[in-house]
Amino acid sequence: MTFGQDTGGAGRRPLLTVRDLKVQVATEAGAKTVLDGLSFDLVPGETLALAGESGSGKSMTALAIMGLLPKPMARVAGGSIRLGDVDLTALDEHGYRRIRSARIAMIFQEPMTSLNPLMTVQSQLVEVLLEHGVCGRADAPKRALGLLRDVRLTEPERRLKQYPHELSGGMRQRVMIAIALACDPEILIADEPTTALDVTVQAEILELIRALQSRNGTAVLMITHDMGVVAEMADRVIVLRQGRQEEAAPVTELFAAPQTEYARTLLAAVPRLGTAPARPAGDERRKIVEVDDLSVRFDITGGLLGRAIARVHAVEGVSFHIRERETLALVGESGCGKSTIGKALLGLVPWQGSVRVNGVQTQGRSRTMMRPVLRDIQMVFQDPGASLDARMTVGEQVVEPMRVHGLARGSELDDRAEWLFRRVGLSPDMLSRYPHEFSGGQRQRVCIARALSLSPKVIVADESVSALDVSVQAQVLDLLQELQEEDGLSYLFISHDMAVIEQVADRVMVMRLGQVMEEGPRDAVMLNSQHLYTKRLLTAVPVPDPARRRPPLPDTTGIEEASPIFPVGRGPARISLREVAGGHRVAGAPDKPSRMGAA
Amino acid sequence: MTAYLARRLFESALILLGITFVTFVLLYLVPADPARQIAGRSATAETVANIRDQLGLNDPLFVQYWRYLTGLFQGDMGRSYLQRAEVSSLIWARLPASLMLMVTAIVTELIIGLTIGVVAALRRNRPADHSLMIFSFVAISAPQFVIGILLLYVFAVQLGWFPIGGYGTPAHFVLPSITLGLLGAGWYSRMMRSSMIDVLNQDLVRTARAKGLSKLRIVTRHVMPNAILPIIAMIGIDIGLFMSGIVVVESVFGWPGIGQLAWQAIQRVDIPVIMGVTMVSATAIVLGNLLADLVAPLIDPRIKTK
Repeated sequence: MTFGQDTGGAGRRPLLTVRDLKVQVATEAGAKTVLDGLSFDLVPGETLALAGESGSGKSMTALAIMGLLPKPMARVAGGSIRLGDVDLTALDEHGYRRIRSARIAMIFQEPMTSLNPLMTVQSQLVEVLLEHGVCGRADAPKRALGLLRDVRLTEPERRLKQYPHELSGGMRQRVMIAIALACDPEILIADEPTTALDVTVQAEILELIRALQSRNGTAVLMITHDMGVVAEMADRVIVLRQGRQEEAAPVTELFAAPQTEYARTLLAAVPRLGTAPARPAGDERRKIVEVDDLSVRFDITGGLLGRAIARVHAVEGVSFHIRERETLALVGESGCGKSTIGKALLGLVPWQGSVRVNGVQTQGRSRTMMRPVLRDIQMVFQDPGASLDARMTVGEQVVEPMRVHGLARGSELDDRAEWLFRRVGLSPDMLSRYPHEFSGGQRQRVCIARALSLSPKVIVADESVSALDVSVQAQVLDLLQELQEEDGLSYLFISHDMAVIEQVADRVMVMRLGQVMEEGPRDAVMLNSQHLYTKRLLTAVPVPDPARRRPPLPDTTGIEEASPIFPVGRGPARISLREVAGGHRVAGAPDKPSRMGAA
Repeated sequence: MTAYLARRLFESALILLGITFVTFVLLYLVPADPARQIAGRSATAETVANIRDQLGLNDPLFVQYWRYLTGLFQGDMGRSYLQRAEVSSLIWARLPASLMLMVTAIVTELIIGLTIGVVAALRRNRPADHSLMIFSFVAISAPQFVIGILLLYVFAVQLGWFPIGGYGTPAHFVLPSITLGLLGAGWYSRMMRSSMIDVLNQDLVRTARAKGLSKLRIVTRHVMPNAILPIIAMIGIDIGLFMSGIVVVESVFGWPGIGQLAWQAIQRVDIPVIMGVTMVSATAIVLGNLLADLVAPLIDPRIKTK
């Protein structure tokens, strides 16, 4: 693998040559060009990143190369894609079959849905081996086992017999990589391969791709929106925007001195760890949310009478508070219980313990009794597209909470809707539109406006910026910040993204398996983390700076695999926090983490 | 697995118990008087009252129901009012014919329905798809007695390919199976079509294409198994649909099954026979659902029987 400082791997014959590639998509208004005039070369052993925000055409490029553009809506309308001497755009379906996987292989963003749920790992691997005649039927299982070893799956013999749903997201992506590399292709196209994965898993998968690439000399076309991943993986970068190339440069040059305005703003919008401005201390402010010994458990039923046979301990004995004008960030990997805490605060899941919102105890309140409490606490969700009603105008949706709570009626509602829209930076003439007429960022503003309509004191923001492009993400974060400063809002900010959390948080709480691992003021947790788990999370974040290689992940010894599912009557050992400095508390003894998960 | 099966069988028994009660109450409320039917038009009021007394029809509802239920638990479904025979022996004599017709009809509807669904999905929005969907629409909307008589006229009367009615040889099965299966074939073709289209748009198909697999293999190994999952649950429910169809089809083709038995019993208010046939078909529906739920995990490893 070349740590190429030069453009285009000078001197070597390119494997793949793309010239003036143009892709069109049929829409009701006629053909729309989604990719225009893209040209690049890919030489053996290098990694070329196609970076850009949604709608930039980066995935279209990958699908065009693989001949997998969704027919009949999308088609290559011009230009050429040459693999060696073969013109791929001229191939028919039959000819393409000999290219796919055999010479160009691809891995996709969603390892959850990209594998066939009804076939074992082995048959999905063997299938591709036999298709391209890599080996005979008798040797195929042995070969499949070898591939699983190559992608460093634990217990490969057992994995062969398993079905995708029995594997974690990271394991599935490893299986996808094994399938992609089965025929030893010359080119691997990785389309957002780690976007759906936890950050520590992302670090491992990226490391794996790098290792396999240097071993096999494969050229990698890396498609990503994440500039951190670009910096970590790429030799050269092409920045795309709305189907056109904005800038193409070796990775070090792009990050050191971006030539175009767009690349500059894109890079500037990327949240970076360790760059967040200081935030004012507010220790004396009133506590607006007080949570004591909160537990959320879900029963798994079974047996003759459908009784609970096991329990998921989603949240176990968590206590915290949020002060006025304060942002508490809740961070952890998927399944750690962070979203469940947010739901419990609004009474959306059954819970035990004590929750006080603005001084009011919400324990044991019925749905109707929760209503007055909900005026003080509202929620903004991750997917603004899914959390708005497609058949209602945004104006109606924004004031619906006020209608439900009987706070206003008639023209008062209209005035309020206009005010709210201005408040979140949208124009009031958009009020009569429907959600599909808005972009992702605008929709999230609508959701924020809806949450604000009751003038709450606390907003639970559950991954509220995770689905947005970085530049939009930055704007929405700014809006949240502004609302906090002007209206004195408090946030419970739930996110998996350490860099975003650093931007917004006053205090940080790190969770794992339903319990708190570490909590404290932002700088204490982020800069002086004590717990191994926090350290791993922080180290795994890709650094958007190619000059600084990310250090290897801390060893996992001590963070054993554990499950939050326990038989009825048993539960996880409660982890007690000990204070290491003012307000900075850590689970157990950091050097003896083996207490964790012991039942 | 054993615990699951035990629980499901227990639930099934409860459902059947509920069905006996509901059916019994409904028949009790029917304005027709079975005693009058038995005695005939010219009988005196006294004779009718005597018969009522003999059959215990004057007892309160719950006494009658309890009597029926205790009999049922001892395997006694009662005697027919009109046929001078045990209900159970009447049903046993006719059940094989109906069950065999049902099996051939299910096979017919699955073959026709699934094939049409797959072809239509692969040719979607093209002429082949449109004409197949018109066919399925007709199959769903046309009443079964019309289709049955039409098939009889063309293939039995005019062409003489199949016997006009009756039961015995494999040739006897063809027209009744098609008549009975056509309605289901229409439903299944539509369900299979939309299920196939759904799967064709899933990521796993993109992966299969990226592997360089042939279209045939993608469709048979990846798309069809995934598309058929939602259909399996439907087949269990479908048996209920069959029971209503079987009454019509058996009368059209003179098929000596329980459908015909039920039809005669209903016309003459032969309550024990109506109860018996209802119980048999209810059992078939309940077992059909159970079977579908037991088959599903064999195909879909994600479903755990718990």
